[in-house]
Amino acid sequence: MMRTPTLLAATLIAALGIGQAAAEEHGHNPPREHWSFAGVFGKFDEAQLQRGFQVYKEVCSNCHSMKLVKFRNLSEEGGPGFSEAQVKALAETYQIKDENDKGETIERPGRPADAFPLLHPNEKAAAAAHGGKAPPDFSVLAKARTYERGFPAFVFDALPLTGYSEQGVDYIHALMTGYGDAPEGKEVPDGAFYNKYYPQGQVIAMPPPLSDGAVTYAKNDKGEPVVPETVDQYARDVAAFMAWAAEPHMMERKALGFRVILFLIILSGLLYYVKKRVWKPLGGEVHGLQPELHKTS
Amino acid sequence: MSAHATSTYVPKSRIAKWFESRLPVVGLVHGSFIAYPVPRNLNYFWTFGAILSAFLGIQIITGVWLAMHYDPSAANAFESVEHIMRDVNYGWLLRYAHANGASMFFLAVYVHIFRALYYGSYKAPREVLYLLGVIIYLLMMATAFLGYTLPWGQMSFWGATVITNILAAIPVVGDSIQSLLWGGYSVGNPTINRFFSLHYLLPWMIAGVVVLHVWALHVTGQNNPAGIPIKSSKDAVPFTPYATIKDVFATVAFMIIFAWFIFYQPNYLGHADNYVPANASVTPAHIVPEWYFLPFYAILRAVPDKLGGVIMMFGAVAILAFAPWLDTSRVRSTNYRPVYKVFFWVFVFNAILLGWLGAKPPEGGYVIVGRICTIYYFAHFLLVMPLVGLFETPKPLPGSILETVTGPRYGSSEGPTPGAPVEDANKNIPEWAKPDAVKSH
Repeated sequence: MMRTPTLLAATLIAALGIGQAAAEEHGHNPPREHWSFAGVFGKFDEAQLQRGFQVYKEVCSNCHSMKLVKFRNLSEEGGPGFSEAQVKALAETYQIKDENDKGETIERPGRPADAFPLLHPNEKAAAAAHGGKAPPDFSVLAKARTYERGFPAFVFDALPLTGYSEQGVDYIHALMTGYGDAPEGKEVPDGAFYNKYYPQGQVIAMPPPLSDGAVTYAKNDKGEPVVPETVDQYARDVAAFMAWAAEPHMMERKALGFRVILFLIILSGLLYYVKKRVWKPLGGEVHGLQPELHKTS
Repeated sequence: MSAHATSTYVPKSRIAKWFESRLPVVGLVHGSFIAYPVPRNLNYFWTFGAILSAFLGIQIITGVWLAMHYDPSAANAFESVEHIMRDVNYGWLLRYAHANGASMFFLAVYVHIFRALYYGSYKAPREVLYLLGVIIYLLMMATAFLGYTLPWGQMSFWGATVITNILAAIPVVGDSIQSLLWGGYSVGNPTINRFFSLHYLLPWMIAGVVVLHVWALHVTGQNNPAGIPIKSSKDAVPFTPYATIKDVFATVAFMIIFAWFIFYQPNYLGHADNYVPANASVTPAHIVPEWYFLPFYAILRAVPDKLGGVIMMFGAVAILAFAPWLDTSRVRSTNYRPVYKVFFWVFVFNAILLGWLGAKPPEGGYVIVGRICTIYYFAHFLLVMPLVGLFETPKPLPGSILETVTGPRYGSSEGPTPGAPVEDANKNIPEWAKPDAVKSH
């Protein structure tokens, strides 16, 4: 019997070794960043979401649509916290395809209830305009991207205290900052770019979208910048904005979850004592006690 | 239900008597959930039946509500799910509860199945009870697979493609089954229509088989950690309040884990790729099923031949049904089986390892380890179960269930000798459960 655990351990070690070898082929894992919205008490930073929206609007939205997000979402609770007047004014700057009373296709100014319009009539048109591959829609992108964590990290990712569910956001931030010169011997075809965090061969079709100073953030009262206007900061802000766009009810979810779990812990604690109380007449320490069962029922 | 379970209910009011003589359903519930004799030594592994019932209810209720907002068409399914997540009041809660509820359902069913395997709950006289459980598990797998295709993300679409393609490997009828499921010549709009219909149908079939499962349970009585039958009223307690309060406590405690996933890790058990809308012209880097199918997926891919892989994968589930006849042990509970106990935990480890391998790409060392694990999986049923039972010397069994709770001094001295054939539990009806006992009440 002594041999079985040894054999098991050997199998496990062998399997882990294989796992590590395979992980090395996938390139770099994104660094783990600090996010205000991570963890049980995580909350979006309104100012950051507003800056992130600014980056989206001025840079990303030239190529990437966001068709599942509606203008009104921007003023809803748990989001960037724009005012309703701001949202109305923003919506009016967009032209939305609609039908008039005669059934004719028209374009009218956007309303808060409209979604962000598509940039191309369909995916084929989007692909044709971008060298064969349509830029992905931003709406759920922060949830649609991840990277492999491997054993044992993936176990701790699920647990309280060590929980981690911002892989997609970290990946987006890493991708924005991961452009650079290809290492020696790495072939990068024309019209493509080396990005050490891009999983498919580290070669991406998207040109580096951000550069230092490309977006001018609002200054504070003294006319000083609140945050640095750097690629890293833009990437951080737009990734946070995308996390919100993908999960607009996240703050509500976490707040409700805290109350639900607290309630369940208290309820199960009470139920445990009720159970102990009910079982006490039968309990182990009351040796040989034989309740008259039909009376206790 | 069984005679002893229904006979204890005596309707008191005139209307209750009138109703009971026409449809004895109150007596049936009374016999099954109030007066039903429960072995007093059950541990918390026996609360998973109640937890599973709760999850069946949760899945049906959240599912019915989701269906009110969901659009089962290839063009709109993905966006209708996002509509639920964004615009329906508490839609995010409904959807995350339903998606994670499926995972919790499987987590609970795996505990339930391993409990049955450890304590020999499949052995006589509970074979039919156990077989009904295997059928429920099969129906659960089908329902979960169909449900996972409905959000119509990349993993939905390609999961549906892979599974329907492996069904095509079945000789003679495979192609017909495949086109019947597809409703055409590839996975498309008719596929999601019929998958939605079937996903709505199967849970009701599960509910029906659950009724049979509970019925069979109440005929044979519950197994228990000692694996010996109830011999006297001292060995049992009435279901209510003893088992009820324990089940309620365990169910609420389990809901803490459920709530943790819904509110703080809602996408942990899913795949990021399923937030990419289905696209027939882009194959995901790794097509991986949900975690609860991973061991079977590893078995499928361990076999170099397509049909062989399909046979082994379905065989891995089907072989569960033969456990009552493959196990030659004279005692039920693995607590009294020192040799089998080691093999049991190796089997559990092997199953988990298969699950881990199922999530890995089918290349290099993973395939080799996958093949070893697959062979061991089947060897456990085909070699370990029959042979260990024949050669192992079990530990002495306790004289009675009471003895396992209070120690030998207070228990019955007339226990079976170690290794003696297991008795039929149904022969021993507790005193208090007989009609006379209630009349004196």
